[in-house]
Amino acid sequence: MNHTLARRVMLASAAPLAAVVIAVVLSSIVLLVSGSNPLAAYVDMVQHASKLETGVDIFNRATPLYLAGVAAAIGFRMNLFNIGVEGQYLLAFIVAAHVGALVALPSALHIAVILLTAMAVGGAFSGAAGVLKVTRGVNEVISTIMLNAVAISGLAAWWIVEWQAGGEIAATGGRVGTEPIDDSGLMPDINSWLEVFTREVGQGKRLTGMLVVAAVVGIAYHALLNRTVFGYDLRSSGANPSASHVGGVSPKRMVVAAMTLSGIVAGLVGMTELMETGYYPSNPITLLGFTGIAVALLGRNHPVGVAFAALIFAFLDISSGILQISGAAAREIVEIMKGVIILTAVIAYEVVRRVREREEATAAAEAMATAPAGAP
Amino acid sequence: MLARLPTWARWMLYAAAGVAVLTIVQGFDDTERLTAVTSSQAMLRWAVPIMLAGLGGLFSERAGVVNIGLEGMLILGTWFGAWGAINYGGWAGLATGMIGGALGGLVHAVATVTFGVDHIISGVAINVTAPGVTRFLSSEIFANYEGGSITQSPGTDGVGRFTFPLLAGGDLFGWESPDILGWFTRQDWFLVSDMTGLARGLVAQVSLATVLAFALVPLSAWVLWRTRFGLRLRICGEHPVGGESQGINIYLYKYYGVMISGGLAGLGGAFIASPELSGLYREGQTTGRGFIGLAALIFGNWRPSGTMAGALLFGYPFGIGLRDLDGSASHALLLVNTLALAAVTVWAVRRRRRFDAGLAAGLGLAAAVWYFMSSTVPNWWIDILPFVIVLLVLVFFSQRLRMPRADGLPYRRGES
Repeated sequence: MNHTLARRVMLASAAPLAAVVIAVVLSSIVLLVSGSNPLAAYVDMVQHASKLETGVDIFNRATPLYLAGVAAAIGFRMNLFNIGVEGQYLLAFIVAAHVGALVALPSALHIAVILLTAMAVGGAFSGAAGVLKVTRGVNEVISTIMLNAVAISGLAAWWIVEWQAGGEIAATGGRVGTEPIDDSGLMPDINSWLEVFTREVGQGKRLTGMLVVAAVVGIAYHALLNRTVFGYDLRSSGANPSASHVGGVSPKRMVVAAMTLSGIVAGLVGMTELMETGYYPSNPITLLGFTGIAVALLGRNHPVGVAFAALIFAFLDISSGILQISGAAAREIVEIMKGVIILTAVIAYEVVRRVREREEATAAAEAMATAPAGAP
Repeated sequence: MLARLPTWARWMLYAAAGVAVLTIVQGFDDTERLTAVTSSQAMLRWAVPIMLAGLGGLFSERAGVVNIGLEGMLILGTWFGAWGAINYGGWAGLATGMIGGALGGLVHAVATVTFGVDHIISGVAINVTAPGVTRFLSSEIFANYEGGSITQSPGTDGVGRFTFPLLAGGDLFGWESPDILGWFTRQDWFLVSDMTGLARGLVAQVSLATVLAFALVPLSAWVLWRTRFGLRLRICGEHPVGGESQGINIYLYKYYGVMISGGLAGLGGAFIASPELSGLYREGQTTGRGFIGLAALIFGNWRPSGTMAGALLFGYPFGIGLRDLDGSASHALLLVNTLALAAVTVWAVRRRRRFDAGLAAGLGLAAAVWYFMSSTVPNWWIDILPFVIVLLVLVFFSQRLRMPRADGLPYRRGES
């Protein structure tokens, strides 16, 4: 028993490790071909990442990636592809920014209103795709792709014009955006938590309070799936809708529920930026949703695995900043690394899955062969 | 009665009816942009990449592999297309763009066919990877060119133009043929001149790349439905196990399908980077057109002619929106939307689909109210119109669409 457990853990971690190794090897080749020293580049990156301030940046980046990853993972657990995380979080971002700027409340309440608004918008927009699927048979991949465009090029593009702040922001920051939220609506940083363990964080870096929210979401995701009847129904309906239906679980309800939950988490993705700046800018950080899908894939939809995946991607994004200064290599090499990691990871997972399936089949056949005649 | 006409005649009738509607509608808004020659030419240019992406999707999905990586392959096409065009000229650019896209297709094929990775997952991975690859390549190559940077290339070269003989007065072996459509247009007859003017815009001074792209539509139809290769490719998408029993190497044909798919999308990308549209490679310039191509494929019910119709339909608002600075043409288009929704309402009522009728009527009413309450329409409406159309088509007609039966399903040799 213990032997198989160790083997399972090994098989599960072998694939992502292999993906990272292959990514490093391939990007080293690319760097060598383009005339850079890969070793120098990697040393620069790791050295840079080991600085406390860079670490804060990495966690600030990993937080929205983790949330996007969990959002995608919730769908995946139900065999649903929520490609619409991108649109859901940007739409939730702008609406929450607007609502947050409209109200003046005590701090905790203000933050809660903003987060809940974002979750509601994300959930509703994603749930709509679920409703389309169960009532009209529209594949959620297609509908969420279309809804992405509706959200980003349509609604968000419309509302940023409608809700644009007056001259103040434009004059000071040279940037256009929605009306800024009062300070009471901004989440405080959690630098003090970090400083318990280490020295003071310098360079004006702030560890986002959304990290706590992300951790709560991760724990809730784990608990919901593995400790509740609803989570059991969700997983079983995803694995085999008809069998689960016989057991009294409506697959339609589960589809809408999973899409809505996924969208609720997706709504939080943009909050890291909103809680920091207080408004929706004309150029918000984008592509977190699509990267989140990659993060979920790499992390195998597991709450802890997704966290590791988000950290890997955030590490690559942030630590590569040093390459621009040190000049050891083009920082864009990490884009290739990210791509290779994700492509090799999905292939490796598939191979591992098949190996395991074959072993199970062999084991079952052996058990059948050795079982006494007449046994079930 | 309509059903007895040959397909091409029916399509011509549909097109004529469409132009008639546009001509009448634009009268209300006091604009002539809906049927202006510049609009039809812009529609053509905007439709090409969407159509090529859609045709790409067609080959892949007919072979049973869902390809949402089209967007990534389009992006690869823009980079490689620009690179080839800058270094070796316009035609080479189209070829290198095709190769770049086909490489993306190869990756998709390796992942989905050889390793059996879920098609959507692989497609997403390609879409995430492609911009990174082009970003890196740009930093290594375009950044060293004069006028280039990490995010864009210097200007690209295009290919020649072509005017069809007889129809628009192009040369035919040195003989200057009559300009028939031009003559009709000059007569200024109501409706007739509008239509011929539009038609002439489609055949005079068109880029050879556009001609090539539209020639690929009947060619795709012929290859897929009239050749042995096409039959084998399609069996991969309908019933791979049956094909296997006939001795067809399903994996091989899936590889063909997905790589052709990538090549066509790459060609579309090269077209975007060509002077016909952008005239350079720029990061983010595909603006989701791979997805719109996918939408055109679905709209066209997984058929070449339907995909082309979808691409033209989706390219049209973009072509209009580009020059529509005061928003009046987009506004007139809103009335077209209303009419279309009214037609859907009538259809639903006749089919006794009460909910659909109510929904279509409600949406049509909303469009009508919007039309009469406003005098202009903001840009974003044009940007999302194709997506909204496809959503509505799926909502109302998803039962009438038929994707290849084994599309998106995993296939392993020897397992059924």
